[in-house]
Amino acid sequence: MAAGTHYLPGLTATNQPSVQTSDDAAGYYELGDKIVDPHAPTGPIAERWTTRKFENRLVNPANRRKLDIIIVGTGLAGGAAAATLGEAGYNVKSFCYQDSPRRAHSIAAQGGINAAKNYREDGDSTYRLFYDTVKGGDYRSRESNVYRLAEVSANIIDQCVAQGVPFAREYGGLLDNRSFGGVQVSRTFYARGQTGQQLLIGAYQAMERQVAAGTVEQFTRHEMLDLIVIDGKARGIVARDMVSGEIETHLADVVVLASGGYGNVFYLSTNAMGSNVMAAWRAHRKGAYMANPCYTQIHPTCIPISGAHQSKLTLMSESLRNDGRIWVPKKVEDCEKDPRDIPEEDRDYYLERIYPSFGNLVPRDIASRAAKYMCDEGRGVGPAIEEQQPDGTTKMVRRGVYLDFADAIKRLGKDGVEEKYDNLLDMYERITGENPYEVPMRIYPAVHYVMGGLWVDYELRSNIDGLFVTGEANFSDHGANRLGASALMQGLADGYFVLPNTIREYLADGPFEKIDESHPEVKAALDAVNERVAKLMSINGTRSVESIHKELGSIMWEYCGMERTEEGLKLAIEKIKALRKEFWTNVRVLGSADSLNQDLEKANRVADFIELGELMCIDALNRRESCGGHFRAESQTEDGEALRHDDEFAYVAAWEWGGDSNEGGKPVLHKEDLIYTAIELKQRSYK
Amino acid sequence: MKVTLKVWRQENAAAQGAMHTYELDGVSSDMSFLEMLDLLNEQLVTSGEEPVAFDSDCREGICGMCSLMINGQAHGPEVTTTCQLHMRSFNDGDTITIEPWRAEPFPVLKDLVVDRSAFDRIIQAGGYISANTGSAPEANSVPAPRDKAMRAFNVATCIGCGACVAACPNGSASLFMGAKITHLGELPQGQPERWSRVVDMVGQHDHEGFGGCTNIGECAAACPKEIPLDVISQLNKDLRTALKNGH
Repeated sequence: MAAGTHYLPGLTATNQPSVQTSDDAAGYYELGDKIVDPHAPTGPIAERWTTRKFENRLVNPANRRKLDIIIVGTGLAGGAAAATLGEAGYNVKSFCYQDSPRRAHSIAAQGGINAAKNYREDGDSTYRLFYDTVKGGDYRSRESNVYRLAEVSANIIDQCVAQGVPFAREYGGLLDNRSFGGVQVSRTFYARGQTGQQLLIGAYQAMERQVAAGTVEQFTRHEMLDLIVIDGKARGIVARDMVSGEIETHLADVVVLASGGYGNVFYLSTNAMGSNVMAAWRAHRKGAYMANPCYTQIHPTCIPISGAHQSKLTLMSESLRNDGRIWVPKKVEDCEKDPRDIPEEDRDYYLERIYPSFGNLVPRDIASRAAKYMCDEGRGVGPAIEEQQPDGTTKMVRRGVYLDFADAIKRLGKDGVEEKYDNLLDMYERITGENPYEVPMRIYPAVHYVMGGLWVDYELRSNIDGLFVTGEANFSDHGANRLGASALMQGLADGYFVLPNTIREYLADGPFEKIDESHPEVKAALDAVNERVAKLMSINGTRSVESIHKELGSIMWEYCGMERTEEGLKLAIEKIKALRKEFWTNVRVLGSADSLNQDLEKANRVADFIELGELMCIDALNRRESCGGHFRAESQTEDGEALRHDDEFAYVAAWEWGGDSNEGGKPVLHKEDLIYTAIELKQRSYK
Repeated sequence: MKVTLKVWRQENAAAQGAMHTYELDGVSSDMSFLEMLDLLNEQLVTSGEEPVAFDSDCREGICGMCSLMINGQAHGPEVTTTCQLHMRSFNDGDTITIEPWRAEPFPVLKDLVVDRSAFDRIIQAGGYISANTGSAPEANSVPAPRDKAMRAFNVATCIGCGACVAACPNGSASLFMGAKITHLGELPQGQPERWSRVVDMVGQHDHEGFGGCTNIGECAAACPKEIPLDVISQLNKDLRTALKNGH
């Protein structure tokens, strides 16, 4: 069979479906049926979205008022969707765990947002943004979805400017751009180092406007604890009012999860403290597939860890790599020296040396791994930190490389650098106590973003009817690795332009059968949540939630972090199983369930992180290839570069919940072949 | 280092609160202030006492979730958010007083956690530009003068933390509101609703029970994002113009 031609009429597939011959995770999972995207579009790639928008049915404005939509999460994807669907006239109920929708973690994104505007006439186009994104994702994303993302990107900038987002401007009053890691055109729009904040505030304000108009009802300090599924359809959520402790049910015709990523499974990450997987994981346990969970993005430019007390890691925008030069000392004995005393000839600008055509702007996975290798070699800089080794011993390692602005300061002047990056350099100084205008900054990779998430089709529908998933919470657009400035693009694309056009096709089937609180499935979901909360409160063991989370994080970082091995992953799975048992028998949650209780909130989340962590390890174990941020030591080229195996793994791994693993349950793997028609799969080379 | 903490504990909005004193050892100067509180909470859990509730989320100075009056100052002794305040700003043996934001429109929910939803309602009253999705013109079709865009950006950096209100002897939210009025008012896109916006937002501000501004300037001094005091002049000027023109 010419791959995939049956659902892509008139087009020739460029690759064959892969056939997996390795089976490293044998015994840890069951193999399920293959799946396909039931709503995959057909026709030439540039026409797919336009055609789909036309084909999707409309909902009469008078009928929209009769339809209820629940949206969980108020970041770029959730906030933008609430604003847009509210404007359209639907009844939206919006939930967030923070005290205000304006605090969603999209706010912390620094660098910028991509859009194929070609304002620089430097060869950019929708197709090039699409191509860069698929290539940057190491050919593990879905072609049609990514093309659509590139296509709507230009509208996002228009929308945000109209809302008053204060993007950087040229002297003539037009918008400015810069370039970002992994690309050679300037397509990134930015608001100094606070782009995420400005975009989120734009979406938040648009949403608050709808709150005032009465189309959006907002529930702050509310956390989704379960999904209500009736007759195979998502019909509501169980949520906890985090102030009163009351467990409530909220019903609707459709549920949208825009609940962000799960990087906090690693304990230390650049995610907000409250970022969690609970909404997605509860949906997973109710039948939604979790796709490519092991695809974690490790961001190359974070402030290195300073000690055991650390609660989170702070990212330094990757845009700094435009002007900062990355280096380590050539000689190990120079690592302790003041960097200013190390002469030019003794510095190793290793990215410029190994990857001359991209230099310091290589994609994130490559930059991250290179930094790790320099430190593993003993050429890291900064304070030596005690590290646990796989054999249980400890060793002191310096985990940092220099990001040096000396050349940029010579070229642009201190003022020039300050204007471009201002708050980033100040923030660095505040955290480290060192002045980056005088001493090179120190950076090291950290967990930042997850490309895995709930499985969705082209319409952003999960495999549960009536459950849509947007933004970082879904899996579809970034493949195995996300290019810089693409997360904000996806969040807003999904929220403003994609979901509103796909959800109407589903809602056009309405009105739906009315459900009320007395429905047995609603009561069952409510009871299950109450029981879980009661159980957490009653264990009364000796371990704090925090200490168990930290232990999980160290297992995940050690064995399922930047570099993974078959042996390590198997060990990790056993350790996680033991930790899960420990959690459910020995955790201690103080206070009461019927009041504001941050310990209980955390316990609920950590319980899910433990289960997710196990699945991530199983997914990583199965995928015996190096791909994007996922580096399997068993799969590398002779010169140590990541080696992909398209013949075996050009598929989406969609995992179905198979029951509690401590009771013998095993996740079920459904494979979705990735078939390309516009792009040919190639090894990535940035040399 | 070792510190003595005097912490406001309050069971819930209705309960009577009180200061509690805790001794904390093993504090590193590299810790953020909130990591120091994490350490306190770990100690409390171990001893069977309920941990202190406080708000924080991004812990990188941008979400605006953290708060705390530290030794009587909003966000403590440095001009930054509490999550970006480090223990190197304190000395071994210090006694540190920690209270929730102090303002009537910010009721205490528990311990150090307050309700700042009044800010959302001020934004709902008009702190936006009405631009429906899909109706936006090409972004470069409306140039924004660079100096105006820069000023808009400088004040758009407000994170809505509420330090300005907590620091103000009148409990006024004029700095918060002025930042938004100035941000949107500096841009060409913000002009159509400029006058109704200021009238509606000020109306909501007063309705929430925030106090009036008497130009004391504590707000700007406490603002972690260094929003300048002149946004309040802008607010007043826009309000006068709007009222004069019958908005």
